[in-house]
Amino acid sequence: MGETPHRSADAGTGGTRVTQSHEWPAVLGACGRGTSQHPFPGRAGLGGGGALPRSRKFGAERAFRGLTLAAGTAVLVIIAAIAIFLVAKAVPALRANTENFWSYEGWSPNDPQPKFGIGTLAFGTVLSSALALLIAVPVALGIALYLSHYAPRRLGTALGFLVDLLAAVPSVVFGLWGRDVFSSPVRDFSVWLNQHFGWIPLFGGDGPFGASIMLGALVLAIMVLPIITSLSREVFLQTPTANEEAALALGATRWEMLRTAVLPYGRPGIIAAVMLGLGRALGETIALALTLGITFGISFNLIQNGGNTIAANIANAFGEANETGRGALIASGLVLFTITLIVNITARAIIYRRREFTESAA
Amino acid sequence: MTTTVTSHRTRPPAQPTSLRGRRLPWYAAPAIAVAALALAAGIVYGIDIGGPVLVVVLGAILYLVGLFAAANAVEGRRSARNRTWSALIHSAFVLAVLPLVSVVWTLVSKGTERLDGNFFQTSMNNIGARDANGGAYHAIVGTLEQVGIATLITVPLGVLCAIYIVEYGRGKFAFAIRFFVDVMTGIPSIVSGLFVLAFWVLIVSPWFNDGRPSFSGFAAALALSVLMLPTIVRSTEEMLRLVPAPLREGAYALGVPKWKTILRVVLPTALPGIVTGVMLAIARAAGETAPVLLVAGGGAAINTNPFENNQSSLSLFVYQQAGDASKYAPARAWTAALTLVALVLILTIAAKLLARRNRLSR
Repeated sequence: MGETPHRSADAGTGGTRVTQSHEWPAVLGACGRGTSQHPFPGRAGLGGGGALPRSRKFGAERAFRGLTLAAGTAVLVIIAAIAIFLVAKAVPALRANTENFWSYEGWSPNDPQPKFGIGTLAFGTVLSSALALLIAVPVALGIALYLSHYAPRRLGTALGFLVDLLAAVPSVVFGLWGRDVFSSPVRDFSVWLNQHFGWIPLFGGDGPFGASIMLGALVLAIMVLPIITSLSREVFLQTPTANEEAALALGATRWEMLRTAVLPYGRPGIIAAVMLGLGRALGETIALALTLGITFGISFNLIQNGGNTIAANIANAFGEANETGRGALIASGLVLFTITLIVNITARAIIYRRREFTESAA
Repeated sequence: MTTTVTSHRTRPPAQPTSLRGRRLPWYAAPAIAVAALALAAGIVYGIDIGGPVLVVVLGAILYLVGLFAAANAVEGRRSARNRTWSALIHSAFVLAVLPLVSVVWTLVSKGTERLDGNFFQTSMNNIGARDANGGAYHAIVGTLEQVGIATLITVPLGVLCAIYIVEYGRGKFAFAIRFFVDVMTGIPSIVSGLFVLAFWVLIVSPWFNDGRPSFSGFAAALALSVLMLPTIVRSTEEMLRLVPAPLREGAYALGVPKWKTILRVVLPTALPGIVTGVMLAIARAAGETAPVLLVAGGGAAINTNPFENNQSSLSLFVYQQAGDASKYAPARAWTAALTLVALVLILTIAAKLLARRNRLSR
C-alpha cells in the first residue's frame, strides 16, 4: 500500500476536466442535478463548447475540500491546544511552588506553602512501565507466535479472537481484579522472595508487602499483554508464505524459520506494538491507583508497599486539590504528556523508516 | 540462513543408511517432564523453600534444561534449540492464560452477585454505607450519554480528516497530519482529561455558569472525543485506501465531481470498515475512567442532562465503589464491572463480525 500511486495522476481538482470538455451537455446535466442544493453563482457564464470550466471560488468541490482540510487541521490544533492549555494552567502553580519541581520528594501543593516535586512520580511511572513491559513483551511475543505458527489454525483463530476481546477489557476491571484477587498471591510471593532473596536490595525491606510496585507492574503487564499479543499476532500472520516456505525448504527447523523469516519481517510491527503497550502502561491511571500503595520516595524496592505514578497520583489527589493543587496536577500531566510524546514520536520515526511493512500493522 | 546451508554441506554423511537424522522417541518429552517435576519436588521439599507453585516453576525450568540436553545429545544442536524454543513458546501461552482466565472467572463469579433488577433501576442516591441495595442506573445513563455525544463529535470529524489524508492531502502538511494522528493515539487518557479540565471546565464553562467552573457530562464527552479521534481516523483511513481505484476512476469518467465521488462511491464502499472502526473506538472510550473522573466529577444521583452538573459513568462507578468502605461496595463494583465488560464486548464482537463480512477487508 504505497502513497496511492495507482490512482489517476491528476487526481486533484482537475480529475474530471477532460471528460467535461468532451461531453459537455450530459455533464452539465449531471452536475446540475447533483448540485441543485448547492447553487453555483458562476454557472451562467459558461457557454457552448467553449472553455473548460474554471475551478470556482465557492463551488461544492471547494467547500468539501475546505471542510476536510479543516478536519485535518483540527488534529494539529487539538495537539497544540493540549500543550498550550496544560502549560497555561501549570505555570501559575509552578511559580507558586516553594521547592524544586524536579527533585523535591513529596506532593503537598494544597498547603499555604505549596511543595511538590515530580521526581518520585516520574521515577515510579518509568519503573512500573519498564517492569511491566519486561514481563509482558516476551510472553506476548510467545503467545503471538504460538497463535500464528504453532496452534492448529482453527484454534489459533478462535484464541486470537479471544485475545482481541481481552484487549478491549477496560483497565478499571484489571485494577479491581488486581486489588481484590491478585494481591494475595503477590503478597505471598513477595514474602517468599523477601525470605529467601532478601539480601538483594530489590527484594529487601521488612514489610508490609503486597500493594507494591511489583503488584502494579504485574497488573500492568497482564493488562498490556492482550494488546501487544493481538497486534504482533496480526503482524506475524502477514509474513509472506513464500518467505516461510523458502526457509523451510532450505532445511530450517521451525524455530529457525521463525527467527529468519517471521521475526525480521515483523520487527517494525513488533516495535509498534511494544510502543503502543508502553504508551498504555505509561498513561495507565486507574489500574495503578487501585493497586499501588501510594508513597512518595525513590526506591528500587519492588515488594514493599509503596510506589506511585504520575497518572495514579492525579487520580488520587484530584479530589481534594485546590487551585494550586490542580495546577500542580496539570503540571505533572504535562510531564507525562511529554514523556509519552517522546516515546511515541520515537516509535513512529522507527516505523516510518520502514513503512511499507507496517502500513496495516502500526 | 547461510549458516544453515553451509552446515548442511559440510556435515559428514553420518548415517548413510537413512536420510533422516536420529530423533528422540515420542515418550522422551513426557519422561523428561516427569523426571524434572520429581527432581524439583525433591529439591524444594528437601531444603524446604516453598510449596507446590515453586515445584512447578522449578520443574518447568529443569524440563527446559533437560529437554535441551537430551535433544542436543541425540538430535543435534539445531533441533535442540528448536525444541526448547517451542517449549518456551507453549509455556508462555500457558503462563498468560492463567491470569487472564482468573480475571474472567472472578468477573463472572463476583459480578453475578448483585446482577438483579434493582441494580439497573436505582441510583446511589441516599445509599449509605449500611445499605445493601443501590445500583448503577445513573452510571449507565452517564456512560451512554457521554459516549453518544463523543461519537457524534468524533465520527464526522474523524471521517473528514481521513478523507483529507487519503483523497486530498499532498505533501508535508498531509504527512504532518498523519504523523500527529499516530502520535495522538498514544496520548494517555488522563492527559486528555486534564486538557479538557484546563480548557473546558476551568476556562469555558464559567461563561455559562455564573463564573463558577462546572463539571458536566459534556466535558467528559469532549475528553473521550480526544481519545476516540485518532482511532477513528486511522481505521477510516485504512478502509478508504482499500477502496479499489477503478471505482473512483469509473465515477470520474462519468463526469461525477470528486467530492460527490467520495460521498456517493468511496464512502459507501468503505462503510462497513468505517463502522467497525467506530465501534471499536466506542468500546475503548466506554471503558475510560480517568477523564470522566477529572471532568464529570461523578455523582450519586441520576442526572440525565449532560450539560449541567456532575455525571457518573460505569467505569467511574466501578472505581468509586472499589474505593468505598462499605462492605456492600465490592459486590456493586464487580457487577458494574461485569455490565461494563458486557457492553464493551458486545460492541467489540459486533464490530469484529461486521469486519468479517466486509468485502474490502484483507
